[in-house]
Amino acid sequence: MATQHSRSVARLMMAPAVVLLLGWMLVPLTMTLYFSFKKYLPLRGGDLGWVGLDNYVRFVSSSSFWPAVQATLVIVGGVLVITVVLGILLAMLLDQPMWGQGVVRILVIAPFFVMPTVSALVWKNMFMDPVNGLLAHLWRFFGAEPVSWLSEASMTSIIMIVSWQWLPFATLILLTAIQSLDSEQLEAAEMDGAPVLKRFYHIILPHLSRAITIVILIQTIFLLSIFAEIFVTTGGAFGTRTLTYLIFQRVLESQNVGLGSAGGVYAIILANIVAIFLMRIVGKNLDA
Amino acid sequence: MGRIQLKSVTKSFGDVQVIPPLDLTIEDGEFTVFVGPSGCGKSTLLRLIAGLEDITSGSIDIDGADATDVPPAKRGLAMVFQSYALYPHMTVRKNIAFPLRMAKLDQAEIDKRVEGAASVLNLTDYLDRRPGQLSGGQRQRVAIGRAIVREPAAFLFDEPLSNLDAALRVGMRLEISELHERLATTMIYVTHDQVEAMTMADKIVVLQAGVIEQVGSPLELYRTPRNLFVAGFIGSPKMNFIEGDEAAKHGAQTIGIRPEHITVSETEGDWSGVVSVSEHLGSDTFFHVHETGLADTITVRADGEVGFRHGDRIHLTPRADVIHRFDAKGLRIE
Repeated sequence: MATQHSRSVARLMMAPAVVLLLGWMLVPLTMTLYFSFKKYLPLRGGDLGWVGLDNYVRFVSSSSFWPAVQATLVIVGGVLVITVVLGILLAMLLDQPMWGQGVVRILVIAPFFVMPTVSALVWKNMFMDPVNGLLAHLWRFFGAEPVSWLSEASMTSIIMIVSWQWLPFATLILLTAIQSLDSEQLEAAEMDGAPVLKRFYHIILPHLSRAITIVILIQTIFLLSIFAEIFVTTGGAFGTRTLTYLIFQRVLESQNVGLGSAGGVYAIILANIVAIFLMRIVGKNLDA
Repeated sequence: MGRIQLKSVTKSFGDVQVIPPLDLTIEDGEFTVFVGPSGCGKSTLLRLIAGLEDITSGSIDIDGADATDVPPAKRGLAMVFQSYALYPHMTVRKNIAFPLRMAKLDQAEIDKRVEGAASVLNLTDYLDRRPGQLSGGQRQRVAIGRAIVREPAAFLFDEPLSNLDAALRVGMRLEISELHERLATTMIYVTHDQVEAMTMADKIVVLQAGVIEQVGSPLELYRTPRNLFVAGFIGSPKMNFIEGDEAAKHGAQTIGIRPEHITVSETEGDWSGVVSVSEHLGSDTFFHVHETGLADTITVRADGEVGFRHGDRIHLTPRADVIHRFDAKGLRIE
């Protein structure tokens, strides 16, 4: 029962938070836009004046741009496929009644609590180290030559690390979705003559479609900006330079703030395109 | 086709035996109702027949063939669930067609059968809607449609009307009875509502704690309940039970007299008591009578026009020919 009066009071009360959030967003966005039109080299002369769209043209025409876009998409896509597929399987497994269910569920969620930097370092030093890593020992145990993961299979390694971090999130969301499935529906399908795989395809998967879109949406937003995992492992070498990482290099390693800002604007546009697509898909799915 | 025979079937969950050895034969084309209070094992029994639960020991024969280890889909039975269990992401047409698609029938045959079922159940206008857009009664009909198209040997209904409102329930009760007349297929129907059991059944199976208390036609159970439990469960309002001297006069531990078999009078009668509550239904009036010296409350049915009020002293006379007598073990004395 919101009267005119209480609504205006509500707006007044919300105003400080809205203004703060807006400022928080607008100030960096305006600064990025401002710098993107300037030639600004902090260690090589500072502000060297306006250059128009020069930075935008240079950023796109650089030989690193398209490989960076490709690397970004491969990592996002790879992680999404792995987390969704394994997430569904794990969720179904965890939905089965078993001994110590509560503990197992907490353990499965655990990787999500580990900071990205830490988990990347753990993977790099404990698993993927070509001399002392667990995987190297495993390979040697079977008489194979250890793989130097981060240089020979850099992309795979990073996808593995990031997937490991995000799998718990996907599993958790999908598990709650599976638990909400009416068991009578599965029994009805069983009586209707649907074997296990068809029950999965015709009943469980459609039931999960909403949860899957939500997982994809949220993960894409976060995966487009992964940085720590690359920074502490390959440092952007061996074809793992994503758009985010390229921008970082332009600003901090090349000390070219203008060029980096232009890249940032491209990243904003890319993220928005993805967001619009996902919003439409999710919107459609949430309506049904 | 659809004769189902249970031979010393038992079911245990862990250490708890919910169904002690049980024998039951359901004849082809019969409308059998399993009735009992909640937790009596009637749904479990239905799920055992469906194959959704494995029996612990014993065997189930369907049409003379052992079906104990046959998976549910191969038993040729169709089930209508309490929650209807429709597939929410499929249209009504796809829901009804689902068992046929799973059986890999060709599309023309599927369409023919779906259209047929839809016209029988008045669903033709709703075929392209989703279950979420239907009312409770329509969903119920879709669930029945999904069962019909398979042309099963028997239908299993698990409390299918308990989610409907009272008016719709009466309507669907009729529809299911008519469907049974038309298809003449074996139907097994689980309910806790003895009115549903009485009105629909050819044969009622009264269950308590997994044990069959009595099997018989509705009127058999009404006229000659085998024990106190059946006597109290069948009939509405409940039969009055009287113990003590009054029962001893009839040579029994307990006597039972149905509310509709007691006549009410203002002036004279065998028993007397004070009206505590009178329920006027229009067609009938039910009096709850206290201070009779026989039992806490005696319920009496009278004509709708009889107008005693709270606090009135009235006189009751049981019809001597329909007094049920039970011994110390609660069994009927003939």
